[in-house]
Amino acid sequence: MTNTDHKQDIRTFLENFISEEDFANEDDIFELGLVSSLMAMQLVLFVEKTLGVRVESEDLNLDNFRSIDRMDAFMQKMSTTAHG
Amino acid sequence: MGDSHNKNRIKCVVWDLDNTVWDGVLLESAGVPALRPHVRDVIEALDQRGILQSVASKNEPEPAMTALAAHGLDQYFLYPQISWSSKSQAISLIAERLNIGIDTFAFIDDQPFERDEVLSVHPQIRTFSEIGLEQLPTREDFIPLQLTADSKNRRQLYQREALRARAQEDFRGPEDAFLRTLGLKLRLKPASEEDLYRAEELTLRTNQLNTTGVTYSAEQLRELIASEHHQVIVAELEDKYGAYGAIGLLLLSLQPGLWCIDLFLMSCRVMSRGVGGVILTALRTTCRNRQLKLAAQFRETDRNRMMFITYRFAGFREEGAWLINELASIPALPDYMQLHIDAAMDWRLQ
Repeated sequence: MTNTDHKQDIRTFLENFISEEDFANEDDIFELGLVSSLMAMQLVLFVEKTLGVRVESEDLNLDNFRSIDRMDAFMQKMSTTAHG
Repeated sequence: MGDSHNKNRIKCVVWDLDNTVWDGVLLESAGVPALRPHVRDVIEALDQRGILQSVASKNEPEPAMTALAAHGLDQYFLYPQISWSSKSQAISLIAERLNIGIDTFAFIDDQPFERDEVLSVHPQIRTFSEIGLEQLPTREDFIPLQLTADSKNRRQLYQREALRARAQEDFRGPEDAFLRTLGLKLRLKPASEEDLYRAEELTLRTNQLNTTGVTYSAEQLRELIASEHHQVIVAELEDKYGAYGAIGLLLLSLQPGLWCIDLFLMSCRVMSRGVGGVILTALRTTCRNRQLKLAAQFRETDRNRMMFITYRFAGFREEGAWLINELASIPALPDYMQLHIDAAMDWRLQ
């Protein structure tokens, strides 16, 4: 199985919202101060659309979405679970 | 006060121009045609009641708007549709822009053909001829159930909203940079007697961003306001374009050692402004500083997933039937929004 990395896609998505020039993959986007309800929703929908799965309540955890690294790790885990 | 009753009230009146608003046909007139009797009074009366108004006229847009402006009436109409396409189409567009149902629309036109054309596409609309239009404001369905500070200013609220939407469309760059241009000011205060109907109106109108889907009547809210075991909090937002009006409602029950959010709702107009996150951050900080636990009730509806995500991303986790907040790693308040919390609420950010 090839390990697809989603980091660049996540970054491209986040750049629609965050103007901070050089945030690192491990930076906490919630600490950067800007996550509106709409953005949070779109973040979840982005993951669901990319992977073609629904993110269940228990996975709607801030820790899964805090940073590019965390989101990527979460998406890797999700796709492994989804595709066995 | 059920929803069906509410739907019966007219929320938007769409006017024809030639031989309805003014005498004669504009393109055949030498100058600006005179207004028909009572038209100005009716337009002003409806505006005062918070009934929105627009135009569906087959005309050349520029001269028609100039003629309305000459009478000082142009300001009253939202998204006027002046073109040669069908009036049913014009009305669809207006309804879409205003985001309200056509079953709350009235259409005034002197020509039976136009009224029939509109009715054939929108059977739920109410149509009227120009004859006896001075009687319209006395009809029951033209009288709003409650007049609140927000409903009196409803047209201006929509006009500001249109300016913001255009500014956002024109803005090139990430969303936080746009928010920084707005000069947002959020004010939280205990609901007063005069806020009651604004709060009730909010619970009736806000489905998407309601954490429990429960609506409250003004009477129920009045009891909660009087109760010392509750806080009923109204959120008002303002930016460089002016006030948004009441955009959020928070219902807290205060128990020994624990505050619980019984209801949290926000107008969908502000879901990209970060208001929800700011309120929850302020509340979490308060509970931490006062050494209280913080819980929330959540009841899933088919439309409120965004609020669930807002809660979860604000550090709430599910515990049985409740959401419990960790009160750990609370983010700082964002720099793009000024927050003012009424002292009477005794929230403690420091």
